[in-house]
Amino acid sequence: MIALRDIRKAYATEFTRLEVLKGIDLTIEDGEYVSIMGSSGSGKSTLLNILGILDDYDSGTYHLDGTLISKNLSQKEAAYYRNRFIGFVFQSFNLLNFKTAQENVALPLYYQKISRKERADLAMHHLEQVGLADWATHFPNQMSGGQQQRVAIARALATSPKVILADEPTGALDSKTSHEVMEIFDRVNNEGRTLIIVTHEMDIAHRTKRIIHIKDGIIINQDE
Amino acid sequence: MIDLDKWNEIFESIKRHKLRTALTALGVFWGIFMLVILLGAGQGLQNGVEYQFEGDATNSIRLSGGWTSKAYKGLPKGRRIYLNNEDIKILQRDFPEVDDISGRVFLRGNQQVRYKDKIFAYSVRGVAPTIAYLEQFMMVQGRFLNDGDDHLLQKNAVIGTLVKEELFGKETDAVGKEINIGGIVYKVVGVYYDREGEQSLRDIYIPITVAQKVYQGTEYVNNIWFSTVDVDLDQAKSLENRIRRMMSAKYLFDPEDVRAMWVSNAIEEYQNFQNLFAGIKAFLWFVGLGSLFAGVIGVSNIMLIIVKDRTREIGVRKALGATPGSIVNMILSESIFITLMAGYFGMILGLVVLYFASSIESEFFRRPEIHLGVGFLAILILAIAGALAGWVPARQASRINPVIAMKAR
Repeated sequence: MIALRDIRKAYATEFTRLEVLKGIDLTIEDGEYVSIMGSSGSGKSTLLNILGILDDYDSGTYHLDGTLISKNLSQKEAAYYRNRFIGFVFQSFNLLNFKTAQENVALPLYYQKISRKERADLAMHHLEQVGLADWATHFPNQMSGGQQQRVAIARALATSPKVILADEPTGALDSKTSHEVMEIFDRVNNEGRTLIIVTHEMDIAHRTKRIIHIKDGIIINQDE
Repeated sequence: MIDLDKWNEIFESIKRHKLRTALTALGVFWGIFMLVILLGAGQGLQNGVEYQFEGDATNSIRLSGGWTSKAYKGLPKGRRIYLNNEDIKILQRDFPEVDDISGRVFLRGNQQVRYKDKIFAYSVRGVAPTIAYLEQFMMVQGRFLNDGDDHLLQKNAVIGTLVKEELFGKETDAVGKEINIGGIVYKVVGVYYDREGEQSLRDIYIPITVAQKVYQGTEYVNNIWFSTVDVDLDQAKSLENRIRRMMSAKYLFDPEDVRAMWVSNAIEEYQNFQNLFAGIKAFLWFVGLGSLFAGVIGVSNIMLIIVKDRTREIGVRKALGATPGSIVNMILSESIFITLMAGYFGMILGLVVLYFASSIESEFFRRPEIHLGVGFLAILILAIAGALAGWVPARQASRINPVIAMKAR
């Protein structure tokens, strides 16, 4: 599903050049359940951004489901691939506060030019999947953090992406709601979807089937 | 295709910032309002003056004899130049541009005019029938003087509407009645109306042949007035010069001596007014567009703030697959929408004000109006203004990096 070969990325400022990724080789198969661990500054966020086509890389190759994600995609192409291939779950949920749960879930479908009616149906279906069908017409600020994150997961699933990328999905949640969210992730993976979670919490990482440790821009080991 | 969702988004955004949107819109509203008022008032001014011009034929030239102010070919200055009937014939014969022509004889002083027991004093003029075209008279009753009156020395008179009111009072029909002008009895054959103003409605016209034979005993005329066939300003000036040279040879005065023969060229005056109004209009456009531009800058500023406000939202949208184009479209649409709506209401209010102002009618101001084309132009300007106002903010929004934007709080 994902094949990274010698991915390098550096941020140059006026005076210094900071190498963040120093040659990442990584293969993730279809249906895998993977976590990426590392301390802050290890390069794990940069790696996630590259995987999510939110950032470009300097050298190497990145294949996603057999498609080469070129290092100099136009913004339009990047938007297209993000929309079709990837579902994002963020630490801070990133729901739009002025839209209802259902409208939030439907948003990525809007950019696929799917009809209004069909969007609403699909969004409802995915809200049911995360157990929030009754909350469809509520706004994010009327919901708990756990509920909001479940809405965000439903949104990530809405386009049936190839990969779900979750960036510290439980970072803003207490342990009980973290557990609920992870149960949903487990289920999503059981249904066969590839799932990559970036985290620094050991117990979260251990629920996944493979842990990739990253330190100073390189992968130091991969536990099965 | 109308994208319902896009418009929903725009209405949402406007609803969330009602006051801010309203204040922004006010700038554009006021700008277009001022533009409409200014242009309407300018047109009103022009209409007023053009109406004045319409009182006479605009393509006409008047000649009158004066006193020479320069010695010429051994002749002293201070000689009186009299134009006469022969000059009229020469002008008609030798100048193909000359169309309707009439000499005019003004009887000295005001004449005592009597009808039954009423006595008034009016100025009386001897003219050819063609003067009706030159003065742009409208006949209210009867007819104007005709060639028959001229040839047969008929003592017929045509009077202005005010003369008729004063002399005949409640009697509705003046035609066929006899009035006494300076001791001689004339028959009224018509009543005319002239848009030029009240003064010109207190005149009495009689055949020029009668005026010359009965009152003057010469073939002199006070002035000669003629209209031209369709000529432009340069042709009119050239005609004026050729006539001056011809007259200067005939009456032996210096062709440079403008006081020897006065020429008043309405074509030139009309052109001058046209130029003046073109200038005034250009100035009004400048001022109007300036205030509109200030409004547009306002919209642009607010849109920048809105984009800043929505940075995180735009970041999320981009992460979920919004293309830069769709972001630009969203911001531009909102900007154009605000501008068009505000401008539309500004224009409507401006038109309402003009509508009420159209009841004002003075010598120099009438029928303030906006031509349809100007209205459409204003709408086009608004759409462009909206796009202009949205352009910078929209580009900024499209360049937002989703990773950084989503970290913004």
